[in-house]
Amino acid sequence: MDMLKRAIASDLFWSFKRSPVAVISALVAITLILAAVFAPLLAPYNPFDPASLNLMNGFSKPMEPNAFTGESFVLGTDDQGRDVLSTILYGMRISLFVGALAVLFAMVIGVVLGLVAAYAGGRTDAIIMRIADVQLTFPSILVAMLIFGIAKGFTPIHLRDQMAIWVLIISIGLSDWVQFARVVRGAALVEKSKEYVEAAILIGRGPVAIIFKHILPNVLSPVLVIATISLALAIISEATLSFLGVGAPPTQPSLGTLIRIGQGYLFSGEWWILFFPAVTLLLLALSVNLLGDWLRDALNPKLDD
Amino acid sequence: MMYDNFALDCFVILYLTFNRFESLAAKGYLLKKYRFQGVSGFSALGSPKQSQDRTKINSWFNRVFNTGGQILFKKISLTASAALLVSTSFVAAETLNWARAGDSLTMDPHAQNEGPTHTLAHQIYEPLLLRDNTGAVEAALATEWGPSADNPNIWEFKLREGVTYHDGAEFDSEDVVFSITRAMSEHSNMKELLSSVKEVRATGKYSVEIETNGPNPIMASNLTNLFMMDKGWAEANDAVAVQDIEGGEETFASRNTNGTGPYKLVSRAADSLTELEAFDGYWGKGEFPLEITKINYTPIKNPATRVAALLSGEVDFIQDVPVQDLARVDGDENLQVITAPQNRVIFFGLNQGDADLKTDDVEGKNPFADLRVRQAMNMAINREAIQKIVMRDQSIPAGVAMPPFVNGWTEALDTLPSSDLDAAKALMADAGYGDGFSVTLHCPNDRYINDEPICQAAVGMFAQIGITVNLDAKPKAQHFPQIANSETDFYMLGWGVPTFDSAYIFNFLVHTRSDERGSWNGTRYSNAEVDEMIVSLESETDLDVRDATVAKIWAQVQEDVLYLPIHHQVLNWGTSNKIDTVVSPEDQPKFKYFTLK
Repeated sequence: MDMLKRAIASDLFWSFKRSPVAVISALVAITLILAAVFAPLLAPYNPFDPASLNLMNGFSKPMEPNAFTGESFVLGTDDQGRDVLSTILYGMRISLFVGALAVLFAMVIGVVLGLVAAYAGGRTDAIIMRIADVQLTFPSILVAMLIFGIAKGFTPIHLRDQMAIWVLIISIGLSDWVQFARVVRGAALVEKSKEYVEAAILIGRGPVAIIFKHILPNVLSPVLVIATISLALAIISEATLSFLGVGAPPTQPSLGTLIRIGQGYLFSGEWWILFFPAVTLLLLALSVNLLGDWLRDALNPKLDD
Repeated sequence: MMYDNFALDCFVILYLTFNRFESLAAKGYLLKKYRFQGVSGFSALGSPKQSQDRTKINSWFNRVFNTGGQILFKKISLTASAALLVSTSFVAAETLNWARAGDSLTMDPHAQNEGPTHTLAHQIYEPLLLRDNTGAVEAALATEWGPSADNPNIWEFKLREGVTYHDGAEFDSEDVVFSITRAMSEHSNMKELLSSVKEVRATGKYSVEIETNGPNPIMASNLTNLFMMDKGWAEANDAVAVQDIEGGEETFASRNTNGTGPYKLVSRAADSLTELEAFDGYWGKGEFPLEITKINYTPIKNPATRVAALLSGEVDFIQDVPVQDLARVDGDENLQVITAPQNRVIFFGLNQGDADLKTDDVEGKNPFADLRVRQAMNMAINREAIQKIVMRDQSIPAGVAMPPFVNGWTEALDTLPSSDLDAAKALMADAGYGDGFSVTLHCPNDRYINDEPICQAAVGMFAQIGITVNLDAKPKAQHFPQIANSETDFYMLGWGVPTFDSAYIFNFLVHTRSDERGSWNGTRYSNAEVDEMIVSLESETDLDVRDATVAKIWAQVQEDVLYLPIHHQVLNWGTSNKIDTVVSPEDQPKFKYFTLK
């Protein structure tokens, strides 16, 4: 209760209330995230269970009974007879799961390497940051594809479907750590020369304790901002990889896979297979991105008007 | 290439988003007219039993399309939707921009017995005898041919005089002996077609005889995809040995060509662009239309991109209009769809011969070795659903791994297995797999019409009898070597029959895998009795006895559920309406016959 009161009284919440964009995007994002989390309860069908599919339901139009089976689906069905609504709900889970874990992964690597680089300085700093620079010269989607391709070669075929999601997480995470490292290093360099760090050194605390106990909490707010924006980017990266056919397996479609499938049926007028997943992806990425933008503005006093 | 032309894809999505409104507005596209064309070519099939072939195809076609009478090529024309964004850039010159899903696998004419590979080769190289676009056998590099009057084991060929290769060398009997011998050598994928051949001899500069181990009545139809190479060129370029494609070898002949055909290779970048140009010294000048003088061949894997390329005028001819886009393409005032049944059957193969499978979760046993499992799987495939939904009626469900064009096909053999799920589950339980098992299905994604969606649909169907299928779909360039190298337990394959005879299927798909036969038999099936019957077909001169043996082999194959047939393909060529051609039942357009309106 106390926490909640403090949160409501905080500057951040005050600025949140004043920004209609932030409120709306938060509402949209939370709705979508909840829908994804509770997909098994909300979805009328389980699209990941191939045994429950009836191919004859394929290409049903939204809200119209299927010509062969007479069944009716709110958002129609795709080419395999999967209910589009259920598939979107389940697909969103994959998109969010991959996005969140990939960002977490990137954040852990980026923050640790950034802190180490800043604190150690000298050669360690140079090596870590040059690696980061080199990686920045490649588009991150290319890096993700490269890692995905290599990892796929190592996974045994029968595990590939299950592993695909984890490989996605690692490849997106590894392609994304650089910005965390750079920002954290910049912030940590400033903190490093402050008196409280010198005081901590004086009383004999070890470098690990200083980095994580003293410096880390003070560089967290930019990390938070980047993490939110990265989440939107990671969701889009995942969708892009799946769209290109190198991401989530077709039997466990994510939003990107659904868009890829739907794209093949645009000429023939089966627009719903592409349209609904695309709109969902748009709403999800946009709302998270707008939230990130707002967070950046709210946490950065220099941008205040 | 996993992601062909991403930028174009993005553009297509945008383009469509706008264009869709228009199409919806002009939603009145109803079937306006059907036009039927008779095709005379089939009367000259070249098979020993032409008339029977003809009746058979007719009866089959009637069953399929309910059209009655003669062989008909159906052309559906739809009212053209009003204003279209399509540019009218049909090449001013006689350039043909040609696209299909996959590329040729190699330029070595004997290294792969595969449709798209032969199709490209047919423009550049020539066989002794050729099937024209209607399927009729006609003279190519041989002008006269037939079994010898004195010795039934010998086929005599009189060669065309005055034929030159693209590099100017002269074509003669030495090249024929060289080419056929080469096609029988190690790594050749054409061996099964020549398994009856004992020796090839030059009997003069322009005459050749082929001696077989016993009379071979169907010799002529075995030669229609067997290309002639220049001996001197091959020797000078270290290309006498056939490229070992499964071993990943590249040779001079796998990248360069020197044929006698109507077009010569100008440049080639595998999987991206192959350029051909009319050959000035072609012997057939004046004999064939040869109206197309330049060909640009681009594989476009993504169906939406491929159709967009056709709609935008970027290409003039695609061999595989996605079934969902037929109305869209035919409704376009600048385009047409030409449809014909294809001489090709699509099926699944199961590794039933090995003691244990690599990709399953059953320890120490091979579930596919149990006949009941194979029967259950055969029953679990809902062929009608695949036809209705995945193929949108552009297929004919199959009960046998043999296209209806083939000698040996009967309606009884092609009867579909009942799709009785309860009976299938009972069979699974009987076999001790009541709780199911898991296995990996390998599937191509750029070869057959809707190959990957069919496999995906099959995943759901097999799940219903408890089999968890992991789907591994990839380009044919990786898929086919897996079958050849026995690296897959469960795979999709399609089989066209250029000889229109069952022996071709038996030699490649049924006979035990050995040096001479069974190269595409990935099932590890081995039945000595069947093998013996297959070999006996080669020299059986009494056609009634031969037919009886063919029927016996098929009965055994069906009883053993060697393959799980899915359907016979229907071809849909999409072309600019300036192009005039018929659809070749082998899906092998030969551009020298194409005319322009």
